[in-house]
Amino acid sequence: MAFTLEHIGFSYPDKPVLQDFSLTVPDSGVTCLFGPSGCGKTTVLRLLLGLEKPQSGRIHGDRLLGVAVFQENRLLPWKTVLENTALTAVSPDRAKEALLNMGLSETEFSQFPHELSGGMRRRVAIARALAAESRWLALDEPFNGIDAQNRDEIATHIRAYAATRPVVMVTHHPEEIELLNANVISL
Amino acid sequence: MMTSISYRNAPLSPQKRLLFGAVAVVLWVAVWWFVAWRVDQELLVPTPLLVGKTLWHLGQTSAFWLATVASLLRVAAGFAGGVVSGVILALLTYRFPLASHLFAPLLKTVRATPVASFIILAFVWLKTDILPAFIAFLMVLPIVWGNVDKGLRQTDRRLLETAYVFRLGQRRTVLHVWIPSVMPHFLTACTTALGLAWKSAVAAEVICRPQDSIGRLLQTAKNHLETAEVFAYTIAVIVLSVVLEHLFLALAKRLGRRFNAGEGV
Repeated sequence: MAFTLEHIGFSYPDKPVLQDFSLTVPDSGVTCLFGPSGCGKTTVLRLLLGLEKPQSGRIHGDRLLGVAVFQENRLLPWKTVLENTALTAVSPDRAKEALLNMGLSETEFSQFPHELSGGMRRRVAIARALAAESRWLALDEPFNGIDAQNRDEIATHIRAYAATRPVVMVTHHPEEIELLNANVISL
Repeated sequence: MMTSISYRNAPLSPQKRLLFGAVAVVLWVAVWWFVAWRVDQELLVPTPLLVGKTLWHLGQTSAFWLATVASLLRVAAGFAGGVVSGVILALLTYRFPLASHLFAPLLKTVRATPVASFIILAFVWLKTDILPAFIAFLMVLPIVWGNVDKGLRQTDRRLLETAYVFRLGQRRTVLHVWIPSVMPHFLTACTTALGLAWKSAVAAEVICRPQDSIGRLLQTAKNHLETAEVFAYTIAVIVLSVVLEHLFLALAKRLGRRFNAGEGV
């Protein structure tokens, strides 16, 4: 098993989110956290990424080398598409390859995030995560704003990543679970 | 209706900006000339021609250039000291809430106190040579401190989280997230503070009259009722202030490009 959450309890100051929550993430494949808004899916990702600490329970396993596609794209507005991707990539060539895999053309490499459409920005955020050195991948609503054709192409690359490493994904859309052949955990 | 709005909001071309600027200068010089002609007393309002001739004459004396360079150096020293101290103070008050509480009343007092009060008080404590630089320093410090502190506090937490998740490390997070976020606030502060430093330092020079200073020359001209010279020195101060501001804006543009876009990876 890649990592395990045991009897996790977590509350924000005004709202309890997780109570006695347990989860096991396997060494490979896509694990999908599925459930209604506000049930704590994103909180689980934040706990796994080390951005929040559980108030009770334990997390086992090596979560240190994770990368993420957050709900927002979180691109540096002062850097170009290529700079955003290469900043955290294994190598500049890997950054270019990841961007090309996401359907971006070389002419778009020198553009700034505000010059791109919402769907293109999302694809840059995914490329950044796939180009970085990592042992696992967190995806929060990764296909938001992406058209069907690009979504299928991107899903191929995520499945390829998931063949050897764990992917934890949050989504509201059952068709995305099917697309990634994910193991569903309902919250 | 839409066409008319977009036309009004369209930025002017450089040629048009230059033309409009020249028209404005000519208009106000004409107004000045008209007032001088109506008053008809050079002691009260000298004509632009007389002031121009006086400035030309002053520009050929070594005393004028010596005073200009010395005043510039005083402003530069005060400005640099204020910028460095302002940034250090902002880092301290951002990092340590106690420092924020300790320094806030002091800085609010400096902001609220009239510059003339500082000049008179500092005149009692400091040598006249240092005083203008100290006054410039006092004017620059709270502006830089306030803006840099605001820039630090407004840095996007989500970008910092992303830098943490992608293991960017402290040095690269500072370089690629903190500095570009704070840079616009810092440059705005510096541009505002530069003009203020220049004006307050010359005001301090007028009051404390250090050797080799534009303020001293201004005061002497006033005492000798040489109104044309007072006008000429004032124009020299304005021109220097504008030149300094333009030089700084050019530098700021380069810094903005270096840290805000296209810096490479």
